Amino acid sequence: MAISDVQEYMHLTDEEIEQLGRELDAIRKEVEDSRGPKDAAYINRLIRIQRYLAIAGRLTLLVGVHDKRTRVPAAVTGATLLALHKILENMEIGHNVMHGQWDWMNDPEIHSSNWEWDTAQPAEQWKHSHNYVHHQFTNVLGYDNDIGYGILRMAREQRWSPVNLGQPVYNAMLATLFQWGVALHDLDIERIRKGEKDPKEMKRQLKQIFRKGRNQILKDYVVYPALAGPQWRTVMAANVGANLTRNLWSYVIIFCGHFPDGAMHFTEEEIEDETRAEWYLRQILGAANFEGGPLMHIMSGNLGYQIEHHLFPDLPSNRYGEISVKVKALCEKYDIPYTIGPLHKQYGQALRTIIKLSVPNSWTNSDKPEPPTPPQKRRRRSDSERPDRIRQLGAWSRGTSQERKAS
Amino acid sequence: MLTLLRQRLFTDDVANTIPWERVRRAGSKLTTPLLPDDYLRLVNPLWTTRELRGRIEKVVPETEDAATLVIRPGWGWRHDHRAGQYVGIGIQVDGKFVWRSYSVSSPPKRSGRHIAITVRAMPEGFVSDHLVNGLTPGTIVRLASPEGDFVLPEPPPAKMLFLVGGSGVTPVMAMLRTLDRRGTVPDVVLHYSSPTEDRMIFREEIERLEQAHETLKVHKQFTDTDGMLELSDLDRLCPDWRERETYACGPAPMLDAITEHFEQAGLEERLHLERFSLELGGDGGEGGTITFQNSGKKVELDGATTILEAGEEAGVGMPYGCRMGICHTCTVTLVKGRVRDLRNGDEFDQANEQVQTCVTTAVGDCTLDI
Repeated sequence: MAISDVQEYMHLTDEEIEQLGRELDAIRKEVEDSRGPKDAAYINRLIRIQRYLAIAGRLTLLVGVHDKRTRVPAAVTGATLLALHKILENMEIGHNVMHGQWDWMNDPEIHSSNWEWDTAQPAEQWKHSHNYVHHQFTNVLGYDNDIGYGILRMAREQRWSPVNLGQPVYNAMLATLFQWGVALHDLDIERIRKGEKDPKEMKRQLKQIFRKGRNQILKDYVVYPALAGPQWRTVMAANVGANLTRNLWSYVIIFCGHFPDGAMHFTEEEIEDETRAEWYLRQILGAANFEGGPLMHIMSGNLGYQIEHHLFPDLPSNRYGEISVKVKALCEKYDIPYTIGPLHKQYGQALRTIIKLSVPNSWTNSDKPEPPTPPQKRRRRSDSERPDRIRQLGAWSRGTSQERKAS
Repeated sequence: MLTLLRQRLFTDDVANTIPWERVRRAGSKLTTPLLPDDYLRLVNPLWTTRELRGRIEKVVPETEDAATLVIRPGWGWRHDHRAGQYVGIGIQVDGKFVWRSYSVSSPPKRSGRHIAITVRAMPEGFVSDHLVNGLTPGTIVRLASPEGDFVLPEPPPAKMLFLVGGSGVTPVMAMLRTLDRRGTVPDVVLHYSSPTEDRMIFREEIERLEQAHETLKVHKQFTDTDGMLELSDLDRLCPDWRERETYACGPAPMLDAITEHFEQAGLEERLHLERFSLELGGDGGEGGTITFQNSGKKVELDGATTILEAGEEAGVGMPYGCRMGICHTCTVTLVKGRVRDLRNGDEFDQANEQVQTCVTTAVGDCTLDI
């Protein structure tokens, strides 16, 4: 069974799927060929704005909290500025730079190979757990650890266990402490518990997380509060507020990517012998967009264009808007579902799934078409158990050395 | 205020007494995961050592198609280049950094604040044309540290011969200026070929130098009218050329002819050349499988292809710059394995060592952090 046997595109012939693939390749090529000074200016400007926000936030807190009259407004303003800075840095800048969206600029200061983002997870581990595992095996049960992050049961195909009764609580904790949840994601605690993890690798990862996490904590909860002297409590509270805001916001955005009702799950069998065109199809069916204005999209790292991001993870995020028009048209042409809705609706559906799936399947009705497959074990796979990486992901078509020499 | 502080830190011994590195490290506690420099460069683009930068201060036209760029390097630049060396310069063209190398034409000066490079716009040379005609003062460019063995020896040889063609004059100019500044020009003969008089870069300055120093003799040859330099003429132009340390810089065919001529005379040890193309003289590695850690991509590499090319073939977004081993833009971390530098056969096998992918190949299996 291949992915083209999934009900949603039974109506397409193999040739039609390949044609769709070629049309998506053409969209990609068009964007790659037109990347230029405007795009470079966009990311450079955004990085500048984000750094000014950071400076403004820290200064507002350091200066403003000493006078009784300005203390509360300064704390609120400072926390807001810091939250904006962290959100921009994590979502529109860090996440996208680490995908290699800006590698084409050949600027070592804005490059996926050495970008370190302003959150507890070391970039290297993020690039493995996200760029590789999640983007390659998107929504494949047992392969994509982002289906519930090993904490939540997010697909009816996943076996229920009494532990899942606590899901609403785990969910609230994950949202609040999202930065730390992400930090531990690549460690794969489940495999550590089962003794399947290479102890050397675990030690290396833990060390990395410890070092990065320590610096992050020192900065927000020790150094900056200390600089405020007697008003350290206010600064600490504002920093907690900023981190919390960033955590909640990124949690909501990320849960809208693959958990709304339209986003499908897949099985191991369905990705067997997957072609590039079928991989594209899986990305469209496994992701969900949400609507919003330009500012909303920037603040969410353009992940409202989750479908486009999954089709082209390494094209510059500022182009996803224009790409989405073309992708939508293609989906209409080929009669493929294109999941989109307002943010509150998308998140609402994700939340409903979290609550519904905390109890056994038989107690609730599915909001999605019934899975055609038997229940799956939730065991996470190691890299060696994953099928060979399909080479078509990421920077696959970024030109050869010959082409570059010619240019 | 900041400028003042910086001058104090950088211009005299204060730099050695204030533990500048420690200040930066303390500052990074406030800026982690970034460096203080990432914020300081918002104030002044030159206040960062993350990547070497410079500001174009002046663009001085030399001839119709050549210009000298006077550059003020930013933090981290050590004014310690040797006369004759070249630097990498990176500019953003269509949003993308492209790199070229040019000889520094200004003499090295410890207390210096500027360096100068002289660039000729080559026909169809997109980047060189942009450098000559497209840069305005104030533009921020990226720089790479000085490199190259084509340098004025210390002390300078008593008798020297310079064979120069076209814009090959730039490294030689740095040497002549250095000798001039010290006021002790040894016995120097400069043979300078150029298509026409107008296209001769530094013509007036060289004429001035010739007048100022009796020991400097200059032959000019305008190849459009006089034809190319025939090396058999060397006996006539400079009868004692066999006794001179010879420095040649110019187009590749000219250098090839000179090399042959010196080899026939058994004098290749006296000849020093500057070529602006990569010569991979070293032995290749044995090859092996290269794993690109972050994407999980693997590629088989023979011992003659560079890691950079292999990565690009595999579709990994490799950083790259000059592609000849000078600018270090392409540097990535070697997690494990061993690589060999194709230029000289040096091997690198430390865990987490930084390697230049554009001039290295694999010796056995390697893993790279990209």
